[in-house]
Amino acid sequence: MIEVSSLSKRYGNHLAVDNVSFSIKKGEVVGFLGPNGAGKSTIMNIMTGYLSLTAGSVSIDEFDIMENPEEAKKRIGYLPEIPPLYTDMTVKEYLYFMYDLKKVNFPKKPHIEEIVRLVKIDNVYNRLIKNLSKGYRQRVGIAQALIGNPDLLILDEPTVGLDPKQIIEIRNLIARLGKNHTIILSSHILSEIQEVCERIIIINKGKIIADDTAENLSKNLSDDHSLSVRVTGSEAEIYKILNSVPGVKELRFAGSKEEGTVDYIIEPKENCDIRAAVSERLSERKKTILSFRSNEMTLEQIFLRLTDAADKGTQLLSKAKPESDEKTEEAPKVKIEIEEDGEATVIENKEEEEN
Amino acid sequence: MSAIFKREFKAYFTSPLGYVFLAIFLFFEDYYFVNLFSYGSPNNEIIFPALSFVVVLVTPVLTMRLLSEDRRQKVDQALLTAPVTVAGIVLGKFLAAFAVYALAFSPVILFEFIVTLVSAPNWLIFLNSWLGAMLIGGALIAIGMFISALTESPIISCILTLITFMLLMVLPSLASLTGVEWVSKAAEKIAFVNLFNTFATSVFHVVDVIFLLSVIVVFVFVSIRAVERRRWA
Repeated sequence: MIEVSSLSKRYGNHLAVDNVSFSIKKGEVVGFLGPNGAGKSTIMNIMTGYLSLTAGSVSIDEFDIMENPEEAKKRIGYLPEIPPLYTDMTVKEYLYFMYDLKKVNFPKKPHIEEIVRLVKIDNVYNRLIKNLSKGYRQRVGIAQALIGNPDLLILDEPTVGLDPKQIIEIRNLIARLGKNHTIILSSHILSEIQEVCERIIIINKGKIIADDTAENLSKNLSDDHSLSVRVTGSEAEIYKILNSVPGVKELRFAGSKEEGTVDYIIEPKENCDIRAAVSERLSERKKTILSFRSNEMTLEQIFLRLTDAADKGTQLLSKAKPESDEKTEEAPKVKIEIEEDGEATVIENKEEEEN
Repeated sequence: MSAIFKREFKAYFTSPLGYVFLAIFLFFEDYYFVNLFSYGSPNNEIIFPALSFVVVLVTPVLTMRLLSEDRRQKVDQALLTAPVTVAGIVLGKFLAAFAVYALAFSPVILFEFIVTLVSAPNWLIFLNSWLGAMLIGGALIAIGMFISALTESPIISCILTLITFMLLMVLPSLASLTGVEWVSKAAEKIAFVNLFNTFATSVFHVVDVIFLLSVIVVFVFVSIRAVERRRWA
């Protein structure tokens, strides 16, 4: 669906996007994650044809955005960071205008009314856009992106500046849209990316520093693969049960925080998923699990770790290796190297390919 | 292009701008017509040169936000990421401004019909004068639109356009101060705002028509280039 190849964008002496490559398959929901100024919006603006590129290429359904922009743009619905709205128009007038501008073939009225119902703006349909709240403006922005039912939706920070209720509503809307569209979503809100996106591309200083699922990023980048468990029973009794689970490397007693319960930290052997076995063994012995969690890094920790490492040039990033997954198995497998000058460089994982 | 045209034309009348523009023209057109009519003159074509200062003073208001406002409000992101060409966007905007300008001159045609009821005006000269007004207006709008493509501020665009138009008007006077003949002649050619008089006193000057059409084409083209250039910045 989307092929971005060796994309670079230079503003004067500043290299905003540096040799970025990735591909996105039809139906994927991909999150662009990165600090402010990382280059997320620039990449999106280039992909939608708003900005030119300095080097590389972007193709949407095999239509190059520079060589065949009209065909490529027909396949894209774009919500920029600031919704591009004519505030002197009513919602209806604006959507009708965008319909005409995009030269859509669907019947006008039913198509627009369907979108209006989908994004829940029917109650403000005849109101002037300048009188709408930020949340509604954002929805109108999403509505205009949906006109023409494009396969690809590019949403640049769609929840920025919204209140928590509006954020949840927009997030739910994106999740619904994700069932029928390929979506690229940018955000610096980690929970949003984690909830909505199947795949995450982390960008820092114009470069991709990781590209994988949140789960795999956590698994591959975390040094800590241990599990914490709180179970009813005595220290010795639970130790005995847990120690009998195959794949357990080490057990650490973490105290008794509730009466009649014990906490244990379980260290598994390398590449060993013992969660099901632990749960089954405890259930067999009629022990109640009160809490059970992985101590792997959260997305927030991964993000901070990756971006800090890239900034400081420390060597801890070389493990961003995606696991085989139906949607991500063909995703670019990356390896990050920190150069002497402190720059993080993404190189293809040739070892993987050779294998 | 038609979607942009419709939106821009309508936008002039969702704010007082379009109404004020038309009202100013109507006021002066009425004033000159009533004067001519009361003196029994059938020469309505001289209304056009008389309106030249109104054109110079008021047309910048028509062009000031054509391309600058979209950029300021970031609406250009919707336009430039839609499956339309930059030329289509720019032409749509140019034609919308031109349509409002042409609308402002429509009462004069009505006045000519009124005069026809009681006298025998020279329609050929009148139509020639009207054509001149349209071409001069088109050229000014194209220049104003180009200036609006260079800035994000409609106010700055308005001021720069006004200065440019006034320079176009007074250029021959300034050039004559140099005392060099060819400079004066060149200035007279460039100062096309003064062609209002030429069109009102003679019938169809091909050279002037071609010159004004060229100005329109050149400035519409450079406006397109100015918008495209921003993508490469």
